[in-house]
Amino acid sequence: MLALSIVVLPLVGLLSRAPLRDLPGLLTDPTVTAALRLSLITSVAAAVLSTVLGVPLAWVLSRVDFPGKRLVRALVTLPMVLPPVVGGAALLFALGRRGLVGEPLAEATGIVLPFSIAGVVLANTFVAMPFLVVAVEGALDGVDRRVEGAAATLGATPLAVFGRVTLPLIGPSLRAGIVLAWARALGEFGATITFAGNLEGRTQTMPLAVFVALTEDQDAAIAISLILVAVSLTVLVTLRDRWWRRA
Amino acid sequence: MTTRRARGRRWLAAAFVTAVVAAGCGGGGRDGGSPRVVRVSAAASLTDAMGDIERLFEETVTDDVDVQVNLAGSATIRAQLLEGAPADVVATANPAIMDDLVAAGIVDEPATTFATNHLVLAVPGGEPDAVTGLADLADPDLFVGLCATGVPCGDLADAAIAASGLDITADTREPDVRSLLAKVAAGELDAGLVYSTDVTGGSGVDVVGIALPPELVAITSYPAATVASSSNGDLANRFVDFLTMPSARRILSDHGFGPP
Repeated sequence: MLALSIVVLPLVGLLSRAPLRDLPGLLTDPTVTAALRLSLITSVAAAVLSTVLGVPLAWVLSRVDFPGKRLVRALVTLPMVLPPVVGGAALLFALGRRGLVGEPLAEATGIVLPFSIAGVVLANTFVAMPFLVVAVEGALDGVDRRVEGAAATLGATPLAVFGRVTLPLIGPSLRAGIVLAWARALGEFGATITFAGNLEGRTQTMPLAVFVALTEDQDAAIAISLILVAVSLTVLVTLRDRWWRRA
Repeated sequence: MTTRRARGRRWLAAAFVTAVVAAGCGGGGRDGGSPRVVRVSAAASLTDAMGDIERLFEETVTDDVDVQVNLAGSATIRAQLLEGAPADVVATANPAIMDDLVAAGIVDEPATTFATNHLVLAVPGGEPDAVTGLADLADPDLFVGLCATGVPCGDLADAAIAASGLDITADTREPDVRSLLAKVAAGELDAGLVYSTDVTGGSGVDVVGIALPPELVAITSYPAATVASSSNGDLANRFVDFLTMPSARRILSDHGFGPP
């Protein structure tokens, strides 16, 4: 009961302050719609990037033995437990304008990642991709390797085996991983504000808008928070009913 | 089943009461050696100066006293206090935010103004001539940071830019002046409008300050007041008074703050 109230009570508090009458006006406020649009774009981009990069990584971690694999696995999951603001600072030192890679990148191509939408996507991917990798690697470990072997002996190329046999088998976990990564990206705050800054319409995602609005216009902050709660709840309920049970 | 649950509840209640009593004794037992606590919620721009003032107050005030400083953007501090965050003293970076706290009955009138500050242009250290004045900030290729609207340094910056008539757009609006300063010092921003106290060198960050033209100099004043609900009102009042005494005044001016 105590455990439940620790989780539920803050939500009740949020709802109790909901400015119901002004809600339509607040949700169509330009700041809110700009943050909403930016959050959707960047979180979907981060989920796509996490999938494109994360699935091959998960496959390597599951199927290839190499020295230092345990270390690599630990490094991959580090962003899940690292304070996001530390992640943001680390991204700055690596990819900032004066960063390890960022400085030569800016000199060679003129591309500067901080304070840009690309910077938001990168910060989101940094914190979100581990969720996908962990979900997919776990599923790959659970695949009956004899099925893959059978397909290979029947003449299927490794890529065909992965596409036709492995992928369908890990489908539910892959989908869950993608949705988890997307949801984590949607809620990202610390790495984003540290690495990408806070500018309405360019880098101010919904969590940043909540943070700024809390000190200025609390009703707006609560309105945005309600959207985030609604989205998160929908994601979790959908995941549970559609995929986790079947998986 | 019911009895066990009831017993469990009684045990929980007993544990709770014990904890509360223990905490109460700890808080009141000044003779027993635990110091009295003054919780100071202060504007982020006071970060360095407040650290020194805290030490001096703890050393010079006769009682065993522990000053605990909570630093944040003034607007955040207002939000915290309006939501009932515990504090004994509050010090903000402009009078408007203090007025809001007075209007809400959070603080005892009157607030004491103890310092002033003004905006300067901060540029990263070791990069001379990239930016030499406010007019350079109109270059869209430069990365420019300001404090967020509603934060005192952000409102001051907006006013100064509006008065300059220049077309300056920010690349980021940081929630408080210290995070803006950090991004300038890191070289990620080419320039930012921060307080003169942030570039005095005492803040330990690698930035160079450039004064604004005299007609644009935006000045803010810092009021401090005792929180009405403070359980340590006498000590809180002493801390507020202390801020205007010569010893604290000297610390503030060493950090670049102007006289009230």
